[in-house]
Amino acid sequence: MLSTANLSLEQAPPISIPLRFFLSAPLFGLAAGLLLLLGGGEVFASRWSAPALALTHLLTLGVLAMVMCGAMLQMLPVVAGSPVPRVVLSGGLVHLLLLVGVPALAGAFLTGDALWMAAALLALGAAFTLFVLVVGIALWRVTLPSHTVGGMRAALAALLVTLCIGGYLAGGMVGAWGVADPLLWTGLHLNWGLLGWVGLLLVGVSYQVLPMFQVTPEYPLWMRRFWAGGGFVCLSLWLLLGLAAERVGLPAWLPGLPLWLLGLGYLLFFVVTLRLLARRRRRILNPSLLFWYLGIALAVAALLLFAGGGWLPDAASATGSPLLMGVLLLGSALSFVNGMLYRIVPFLSWFHLQHRQLALLNMSVILPNMKELLPDRWANLQFYAYLAAVFAALPAPFAPESVSRLCGLLVCLSFLLLLSNLLRVAVRYRATLARLHAPIPS
Amino acid sequence: MTAIAETLTIDHRRCDDIFADAEAAVAKSDWQHGDPVFKEFSQALEHHFEMEESVLFPGFEERTGQTMGPTQMMRQEHIQMRALLGEMGQAVALRDRERYLGLAETLMMIMQQHNMKEEQILYRMIDQAFGDEALGLVERMREI
Repeated sequence: MLSTANLSLEQAPPISIPLRFFLSAPLFGLAAGLLLLLGGGEVFASRWSAPALALTHLLTLGVLAMVMCGAMLQMLPVVAGSPVPRVVLSGGLVHLLLLVGVPALAGAFLTGDALWMAAALLALGAAFTLFVLVVGIALWRVTLPSHTVGGMRAALAALLVTLCIGGYLAGGMVGAWGVADPLLWTGLHLNWGLLGWVGLLLVGVSYQVLPMFQVTPEYPLWMRRFWAGGGFVCLSLWLLLGLAAERVGLPAWLPGLPLWLLGLGYLLFFVVTLRLLARRRRRILNPSLLFWYLGIALAVAALLLFAGGGWLPDAASATGSPLLMGVLLLGSALSFVNGMLYRIVPFLSWFHLQHRQLALLNMSVILPNMKELLPDRWANLQFYAYLAAVFAALPAPFAPESVSRLCGLLVCLSFLLLLSNLLRVAVRYRATLARLHAPIPS
Repeated sequence: MTAIAETLTIDHRRCDDIFADAEAAVAKSDWQHGDPVFKEFSQALEHHFEMEESVLFPGFEERTGQTMGPTQMMRQEHIQMRALLGEMGQAVALRDRERYLGLAETLMMIMQQHNMKEEQILYRMIDQAFGDEALGLVERMREI
């Protein structure tokens, strides 16, 4: 029996849906930079400081989740053949709720006000519940799931776990209930978010996009088949063992074991990725690839820090080391997302323009191609600004007073350049669209 | 059950390889090599389109009765890619390196998202629809 009912190739959302996510993201990056610029050393004083929590969530939710949600709504029809139900309505709502919820959450951390936190929980809870629901429906409708779809399913499930733990912690902060061991739960929250939702999505999408766009050999079959599921199992075991250790006596090394396995798995994934990239047929170095290499370098550094954490001096590991780990992981994830934007935004703009052109049969207008929509030199400039921001952030956990403001300035610069690059594409898109619709001179 | 998907996926990769060679040559402004390799790529891609448009898609449409479905979408994207190929040919004739590389990047994106849809969805559907008879379809495509 042939099941074609849910197989459709033409239900990509209108371009305004992904673009509104992509254009909003740099604004939150800019807000994070401003917070760093104004807050100075206080932000890096401790991972528990109010500005540190606000900054982290501006970046994870305002930038990372914003872009990842927009990209998934866009990509599902292409990579899975399964469009998101009611994508205009659901995508519009998710975006709006994030736009309200993220500033509310940052405000809640900065002011400690329970009302702000309640508003944030409501908006973000609604945003992600809706997102998980519609994307979940699309993903589980796929009848012949590819390895990428498998990775996406695992990532989405990890997002759900991250949100539940986040909500539980937030409830504890406003006194709705007591959280017995906030250190444990915070660790669970951020690892499920970064190593689960972000990491598993990266892995799943890489299986498909890296070999295709860089013309490399395929990822090994065993990796495609087992990695994402294995990663999810490691995270789940870590959660269960961590909670069990509170109640029953377990050997001290046991609860951390799954996390070590996961770390090894990621290391293996990045080594394989680098080997594939070394064998790529497309030898041209483009801005997206620079962001990829930076993302991999920072992730590998984070894994090495994790492995070597036990040998760091006590004074450093008490405050600086976890913060450095945060800088490396966030810097890595933001790098991948930033690089992807330079592929997807110019391409979507060109694609929709050409589609219009063929529909209107107005061949007198010459369409700008991707590199004319966004010249490499502008993307490269932003890459170097981002690289400088990362370099300034690396020593910040150990010398917060001296480099925090500089780092804030560079973060602002990097996201301003990203915003202006994306706006440049959007402006050229609109101008070309207007020319396409103008009457053809006879 | 995977004869069509395998055959055409291999052909996609063959086109990708020639594309990468042409792009690398143009990036070095080596037109002496770039010009003929681009023509080879152009022919390889056109041959691939031809196999799909004259054998595969009509076969699928006849069997399932879906003429306005996914195959129509794929044909539309072939038109989009052909337009880019034409522009790239002009850039080669004018020895315009920047324009060629911008167009090549754009073609690569549309080509790969197109290939994803075919490899992940359409070819599997067609293999399913034809079952054991898929090999016959592959034979007919080989004759082109």
